[in-house]
Amino acid sequence: MATKVFMEALSPTMEEGRLVKWLKNEGDAVKSGETLAEVETDKAIMELVARGDGVLRKRLVGEGESRPVGDLVGVIAAADENIDSLIAGASTSDGATPAKAPEQVVATTQESAGASAVPQTQAQPQGEASTPPQQKIINAPPPPPQAQPQQATAAAAGSNGGQVRSSPLARRLASERGLDLSRLQGSGPGGRIIKRDIESAATQPAVAASAAPPRATAAGDFEDVALTQIRKTIAKRLAESIGPIPTFYLTAEYDLTRVTEMRAAMAEIGDEFKVSINDILMKAVATALSQHPEVNAHWLGDRIRYHHRVHLGMAVATNDGLIVPVIFDADQKRMSEISREARELAKRARERKLKPEEYTGSTFSISNLGMFGIDQFTAIINPPEVAILAIGSAQDVAVPDGKGGYETRKRVRVTMSCDHRAVDGAVGAAFLQTLRRLIENPLMLVY
Amino acid sequence: MPVITYRDALNQALSEEMHRDDRVFLMGEEVAVYQGAYKVSKGLLQEFGEMRVVDTPITELGFAGVGVGAAMVGLRPIIEFMTWNFAVLALDQVLNSASKLLYMSGGQYNIPIVFRGPNGAALQLSAQHSQAFESWLAHIPGLKVVTPGTPYDAKGLLKSAIRDDNPVCFLEGEMLYNTKGEVPEEEYTIPIGKADLKREGDHCSIITNGKMALVAMQAADQLVKQGINVDVVDLRTVRPMDVEAIRTSVEKTNRAVVLEEGWEICGIGTQVVDYIQRDCFDSLDAPVIRVHQADVPMPYAKNLERAAKPDAAKTIAAVRKVMYLD
Repeated sequence: MATKVFMEALSPTMEEGRLVKWLKNEGDAVKSGETLAEVETDKAIMELVARGDGVLRKRLVGEGESRPVGDLVGVIAAADENIDSLIAGASTSDGATPAKAPEQVVATTQESAGASAVPQTQAQPQGEASTPPQQKIINAPPPPPQAQPQQATAAAAGSNGGQVRSSPLARRLASERGLDLSRLQGSGPGGRIIKRDIESAATQPAVAASAAPPRATAAGDFEDVALTQIRKTIAKRLAESIGPIPTFYLTAEYDLTRVTEMRAAMAEIGDEFKVSINDILMKAVATALSQHPEVNAHWLGDRIRYHHRVHLGMAVATNDGLIVPVIFDADQKRMSEISREARELAKRARERKLKPEEYTGSTFSISNLGMFGIDQFTAIINPPEVAILAIGSAQDVAVPDGKGGYETRKRVRVTMSCDHRAVDGAVGAAFLQTLRRLIENPLMLVY
Repeated sequence: MPVITYRDALNQALSEEMHRDDRVFLMGEEVAVYQGAYKVSKGLLQEFGEMRVVDTPITELGFAGVGVGAAMVGLRPIIEFMTWNFAVLALDQVLNSASKLLYMSGGQYNIPIVFRGPNGAALQLSAQHSQAFESWLAHIPGLKVVTPGTPYDAKGLLKSAIRDDNPVCFLEGEMLYNTKGEVPEEEYTIPIGKADLKREGDHCSIITNGKMALVAMQAADQLVKQGINVDVVDLRTVRPMDVEAIRTSVEKTNRAVVLEEGWEICGIGTQVVDYIQRDCFDSLDAPVIRVHQADVPMPYAKNLERAAKPDAAKTIAAVRKVMYLD
C-alpha cells in the first residue's frame, strides 16, 4: 500500500513550502514518523515526516524548490510496487539537481526565522511577534490534502485583486457566526468565498457558539436606542480596524518621577506654566514620533505612507461617543502650545463644535483613560494609522531601590497597539524605548 | 384518479364552464365545425350549438374586437387563437382595448374575456410559428397571463380564467396537448397567481413556467442520479407572479436557475431574477443563471432548432454551475 507524501501545512499560515533538504534518498527504507526532509515554511524550518512505512521510492521535488501545500512531493511504497499512476499527475522535476546549495539556504532562513521575522508577503498578515515560533506544530495532524489545492488557487486569485470576494449568503453567514471573511479561503470561482467555505470554517473548533439557553426577557429589561451618526461611524471604523488589521500589543511601564517633578516645578513658577502630565506625555510622544516615522504612518492597502509631519490624534470621550481631534505638527509645538490646544480641542469636542478638518488627518493617535482609574488597557487602531498608544493612570508603585529595599515611585503603563502589516515587534519596541528615554528624562524634551 | 390528456382537460374545462354559465361562449377559427385546429373544442358545437361555438373568418383583429365588445356588454367570451403567433395581429385589441377599458372607463367596464391558444415552439415550424409570447403579454398592466404545463393545471386554471372578471391570456402548448396526467373527476379550480412546487429538493431552485416545467422535471430526474435534489417551482401564472413561492424556495436552496421558453432579453426570467436579487440577496450563494431560447429567430433545420431551444441538458449544466460543480 503506497503512501503519498504531500507538502504539509507545517505552520498555520503556510501556503507553500520550500524543500530545503531531503534526509532520505530514493530507495531508502523509511518508517512512519521518520523525518523525510527539511521544509522551510513562512516561519521556520520544519521537519516533514513519513506517514507510512515502506521505501521512499520517488522524490518529486528538488532541493531548494517550492511547492504549494497539498502538492505531492514524494511516494513511499513497497520496493516492488508499481507507483507509475501515483506520480503521473504530479508536477515532476529532477530531484537530483538542487537549485541552491542546501547549507546556504538553511543558514539564511534560520536567521530570519526568529520571533520578529519580516513577513514574506505583505498580503499575508502574520501575528508571530507576540507568540513564539510554533515548533510544536510538527506534531499536529496534517489537514486533509484534498482541501489544499483550492486554498492555493484562492490565494493566487486573491493576490491580484486584494479584495475578498464572497457571495451575499457567505457574507451574511459569516457575520452571523462572527467569522472574519478576510481570514477564509474561498473555493468558488476567482476565490469567491461561498457557503461551503463558511460551513467548513464553522466546523473548526473555537467557533463553538455558546449554547446557553436564552433567558426570558421582559419589557423594561432593556431600552432600544437607535444608533446616532457618530455611533455608527465609530462602529464601522473600529470594526474595520479590529477585523482585518492583525494587531499586536506592546506594553511598557515608565517612571514618572521626573515628569511629576518638572510639572511641580513649572507650576511653582506661575499658573501660566501649569501643564498636565498628559501634556508632557503628548509632547514626548510627538518628539519620539519625529524620530520613528515607521510608526507615524498610514496603511494604504497597496502601500505604506510614512509621514514626515507628526499630527497627533488624541481620543476624547464625549457624551455622544469617542472622537479624535488632532494636534497638527505636534512635534514642532512647544509644551505650552500642546497643552493649550489639547484643552481647547477637548472642550470643543465635548461641545460638538469640532470642524471636520480638526478631527481628520492624524498620523498617530493616543488614548488616555488614566483619569478614569484605568491602570492599563489596549486601544483599537484608528485606521489608516498603523499604531495607537493607550495610556493608563499614573500610580504609586513600590519598586526596588537597588539597595535591597523599596521606594515608592510614580509610574505609568502604556500599551501600543500595532498593525503588524506595517509595523514589526522590534520596530514598535524601539519606539517605546525612545519614548521611555524622553519620559524618564523630560529635560530632553527641551533639547 | 383518471389520467387524461392536456387537450381533454381543456375540453372539460370549456364544457363545464359553458354549462355553469350561459354567458360563456367560444369563438375563433375552426372551433366549431372542424372541432378546433387542435381538437380542443371537440364536441362543443354539438353540445352547445352555433350561437355559443362560433366559427370566424381568418380575421384575428376582427374577432378579438368582437370578443372585447361582447365582454363590455356582459357576455364572457373565450377567444381561441389558432396559435399565439397569429394573435400578434390582434394585439391592438388585447393591448389597447381589453387591458385598458376598465381603467379608461373609470371602472365602468369589466372585460371578462379569455384569449387562449397554443404558444411557443413545436417542431420545425420555423421562425414565424415558433414563438413564446408570455413575456410580451406579461409586460402589460391590466392583463393576467397564465401558462399551465400539465393537464391538471390546464383544467383548473382555465376554469379560473373563465370565471375571472378581467382579461386573461391563456397560453397552451402544441406539444403539450397530447401529454397526459391525473385530473380529478370532481370540480376544482386553481387560483391564478399561485405557483406549484412540482419537485422538492434542497440543492437548487429551478424556477420555470409553461411547457418548460416538463423540461425542468426531466432535468430534475437526471440530477437526482447525480445526487442533486432540486426544487422545481412552476410559476403557472407569470402575471401576477408568485413572488412568495420564489422567495421561499431560494431562501431554502440559496441558488437558482430560471428556465423559460422564450428569448433572453426582457424575458420572464429577467423579472424572476429581479425579484430574487431584491428579496433574496442575502440568501444567494451564487449568481442566478438563466436558461432560455438562443437570441435568434427559431431555425427550421432540426439540428439548429434543437441547439436554439432550452432543454434538460442546458438546465442541468446551469444547475451544476450555480452549485459550483463545474
